[in-house]
This record gives sequence, structure tokens and C-alpha cells, in this order.
Amino acid sequence: MAKVKKSAVAAKAGSGKGNGRDVQYDVEQFLYRQAELLDSKQWQPWIDLFADDGVYWMPPEPSYKTWDGQPAIFAEDKNLMTVRMKRVLHPDAWSQRPLWETNHVVSNVVVEKVLPNGDLHVRSRFHMMELRRDDVRHFAGAYRHELQKTSNGYRIKLQRVDMTNAQAAYDYVLQVWV
Amino acid sequence: MLQEQIPDLAKYVEPDRVRREVYTDPDIFELEMQRIHERVWIYCGHETQIPKAGDYYTVQLGRQPMLMVRASDGKIHVLYNRCPHRGNMMCGDRKGNAGDFFRCSYHAWTFQHDGRLRSIPMMESGYAGTRFGKDNPDCSMKRAARVENYRGFVFASLASDGPSLQEFLGASKVAFDDMCDRAPEGEVEIVPNCFRVIQHSNWKIFLENQLDALHPSVTHQSTGRAAHEVEKMIAAKAKKGEAPLSYHMLSAFATVTIDKWDAFQTLNYPYGHCILTGYMGLRPQDPDTLAYDKIMIAKYGQKRFEEIVNVNIHHVLIYPGLSVQSPLQQLRAVRPLSVDRTLTEIWHFRLKGAPEAIYRRSLAYYNLVNSPSTLVNADDLENFWKCHQGLSSNGGDWVTFGRHLGRDIDKNGVVETAPNCGTSEAPMRNQMKAWAEYMRG
Repeated sequence: MAKVKKSAVAAKAGSGKGNGRDVQYDVEQFLYRQAELLDSKQWQPWIDLFADDGVYWMPPEPSYKTWDGQPAIFAEDKNLMTVRMKRVLHPDAWSQRPLWETNHVVSNVVVEKVLPNGDLHVRSRFHMMELRRDDVRHFAGAYRHELQKTSNGYRIKLQRVDMTNAQAAYDYVLQVWV
Repeated sequence: MLQEQIPDLAKYVEPDRVRREVYTDPDIFELEMQRIHERVWIYCGHETQIPKAGDYYTVQLGRQPMLMVRASDGKIHVLYNRCPHRGNMMCGDRKGNAGDFFRCSYHAWTFQHDGRLRSIPMMESGYAGTRFGKDNPDCSMKRAARVENYRGFVFASLASDGPSLQEFLGASKVAFDDMCDRAPEGEVEIVPNCFRVIQHSNWKIFLENQLDALHPSVTHQSTGRAAHEVEKMIAAKAKKGEAPLSYHMLSAFATVTIDKWDAFQTLNYPYGHCILTGYMGLRPQDPDTLAYDKIMIAKYGQKRFEEIVNVNIHHVLIYPGLSVQSPLQQLRAVRPLSVDRTLTEIWHFRLKGAPEAIYRRSLAYYNLVNSPSTLVNADDLENFWKCHQGLSSNGGDWVTFGRHLGRDIDKNGVVETAPNCGTSEAPMRNQMKAWAEYMRG
């Protein structure tokens, strides 16, 4: 992402019910869980992390301000996520047949904003190594999560994924979400 | 030289089959670049990619790195991306603005947008009495031999002889007419984003797939079925009872079953160009379409409007480097990188004067089918890779194109597939016929 905003966590820490460390811990656990679900191919539980109107968005370049009405590498609501899931689970999804694994590492987790209702804006960095047949690829970049606080934990309203290699040519394609 | 290494190339192509080396031999690839991609008209880009003076875009024509640039007088030039002094690449970025002139980063030679030498540091003292200077054309950036623009689409040929662009395009120019005519203002405008995806296969494998009407229901079944299931789910929940059109574009891969594809038709033209008629020419009756129709009728009149929207095209293939889906305003330019690597550059366009909703249809297809997260092309690319792997083996010598052979109808050099022969391999036969003609030299 082009600009990095100053962390709001220090200011907000302790001002809510829990203290800032609890929020940080909860958010990190949430992001790790999301990464784990991807790497273990638990597609439906991964989709369930999104709010009903949640969107997964990967812009083609960092200057984009909205997913709506513009080119996007991904701009998927839950219905489109379901298409993708059903597709990769179909026995005739040929590109899914070969060995294909990913490994995500999520780090640099910064709580940018804590809203009065407990919703959060969180940024982090990721690194994904992908194995496909004998080929290894690396993708890295920034996540920005807009999280809704619910009685069942956080749900994703918007996940923005800025790939550092977004503008580079893609050697083959992306199969599922990064 | 290369010809001697590859004797009797004509024997590699028969009317219904082709030797596997045509796809896998690096020497044949080199010869193809010389005789095809660096001779014929190749798509460089759309003029709206470079709206301002000094704007440039790099583009690879065959093995040649080129620059498409807009000059101060509005004219578009295509130049070799190379300084004539010591051969330094002129523009290292993929796109940008050169300013009032090009300036080499090595010794500061400067050039006009049309490539002419503008200045050399201390030119008088450094070059007086030598053969180098403004009067020597070898001191200017070299230009593509020919550049032509058809309705905003810029092509270049690196050979000074050969047919004009319009003659070369022939009937395939309908790809651009169909796109532009559907715009109330008669023009399209680029959406400034290029998705670039590399295929691990020979460039011809992609082109042959573009009009292969047998493959969609096999290759894309998983996506078709998944989209159809979700489409039904949305329709059941929605009050109006319909899912967005984008779901239909995907589910058609499953709902249009394999037997139905024979109902379509391919038209095969000189120079290897082909058209697949078919289902993208759908005319929905939703409010967005009706609003668009109203604007179009006001602009063109009922009769001309009917002509425009009834052009029934799924795909136009402009051999050897461009695949156009005109009803969805998108195109894929093919840039062969090596015998087994092919870059596709994928663009889409806005119809000038059309409502936003019409653009969004094109956008949905662009994102879902043509982005690097494609729900559709992933399985094509998997097949292309497998094809290339298989053809690299000694398991067989030929690729065959025999489907519906002998049933095609030849009308003055235009080969039409017969009724109910839409899955004919006529387009592949046509492409290889053109290939053999080019390669004879």
C-alpha cells in the first residue's frame, strides 16, 4: 500500500473494555486462523470468516480506492467465493489435479483503528510460498482487513490484498485467494 | 541458414495434420519470428493508451522490443526501443511519458517522438568531420517499417512490403467495427489496466484453442457447473428471480452442452483469420439493456441499430497475434516469448456514450474470465501446458485436425463450416494453412 497510516492502537489501547493487548492478540489469532484455513484448503470455513456482505478484493495496483466498478484481480462477494470453492472442489477442475500447496506467513500486524462499536481496521504483511508440481512461486504483500465485531468473534467486511507483484506478469494464474 | 537446418518445411504441414516439431522446435520458432511475427501486421495497442504527447507504451513485436509513442502533433509512431549510439534501451519502464523528447540514459543523445535525432552532447566538437550527425539516418531511432491505425487500434509491420492493414485484416476487421459500432459515439476507450499472464506453451496452442468449440464444455465444466449452482441459488433467493448476467456467462460453459456447440459456425478467412459466431451475441431484455438500446436507436436509427446489435460474434481471431471478443469489448494480444512460453496481454474497453451498466458487463467478464485469478482460463492453461509436454515427447509425430474434415464449404476462399459442424477443426486447418504459406518465405 502506498501510504502507511500511523498506528491508532497506542491511543486506543486501554480505552475500550479490554485492553489493547487483548485486541492485538485476538486480531493476530484471527489472521493466523485465516491463513491456516487457506493452507489447509478448508474453503467453506474460510468463506465463513466473511460477513454476509463481505468482500475479498485484490486491486491490480495500489492506487485503486475501491473494488467497485474497476478492474480487479479479485473482487468477490460470498456468492462468487462460493463459485470459486465449488469449482476447485469439482473433480473435473483440471488445473486443480496436480499437486498444489501453499504456505502463508502473516506478520507486522498493526491495528490501525478501533471504532467505538469495536470494529477494527487492521493492516498486516503476508508472504505466500506456492508449490505447483515441481515449481515454486512466491507472492508477498499487504493485507488490510476491515473487521466487524460480532458475538461470534470478528467477521471480515472487506479484505484488501495488495500484492507487491500485482503489476508484474503472472507466470501461470492464481487458483484461489491469497 | 535456418532453412537449411529445417529442410522441406512444407512437409511438416498436411491439410489435416501437423508435425509436432512445429510447436516444439526452437529453430522453427526463430524462423516463425522472422517470417511471421516480424513481417505481418501485429497489434501494438489502442491509441487511447497514449493520450498525451510523449506518452509511450512498450510492446514486443516478434523478438523486437518496440515503443508506441504519441508525438506532439498527435501522430502515433512505433520505434525500436534502442538508442542508435551504443544500443542502449531507450525506455526501461513498461509505460510512461518521455517528456518533450527521448533522452538516452547512457550518453544523453536525444530524439524527437518520431525517432529523429534531436541532439548529441557537444555534437559539433565531438562529431565534426565524422559521418555521424543529424544527416545520417543511422543516428536516429529506427522506426517500424509500417504503422497503421484502424478505428483507434494501432498495428505495425516490421516489413516494408506486404498487404496494407485493411487488406490484411479483410473480414476480420469486423472485430473492431463490432466493438466501435456498439458505442453510441462510434468509438471505444481503453480501460487503463493490462492483465498479463504467461502460458507455458507454444503460442499456436493458445490460438488454436480460441475457436475450438468442442473444448468449453469439457475444459470448463467445473466452473460452468459451480456457477450454475450458485446462479440457481441466487435466483431462488432474489425477488426478481434472476442472477446477474455474469453468472450466465460462466454457467453457459456447462448449460451449453457439448452436443449444442455444433450449432455454432466458424468462418475461416485468408491469412489465417477466423470468426466463431455464437452465444455472446445474446440480447437480454433487462432494464439496463433497454436503456442502452434507446440511446443507440436515438443515435443510429432503428434500422442501423438492428444491424449493429445483431452482429453475431463470439470470438474473432486475427492471426497470428490477436484474439478479440468484440461483444464484450476485450482482447488478448499474444506475444511469443520462446518456443514454450507465451505472454498474453489482456485489455478491455468502454463503449463511449454507453451507460455504466453496459461497461460493468464487460468488466465482470474481464475480471472473472481474463484476470490472473481467472475462473476459466486456469484450466485452459493447464491443457496448453499438457499439450506442450505431450508434443515434446516421441510418443507420436503428429497433431491432428480431422474433425468434420471434408464437410467445410469453400466460398471464394472463405471456408465456412457446414450446418451442424460448429465443432469443426476448420479454424486450426485454416491457421496452419496460413502458417505454411508464411513459412515458405
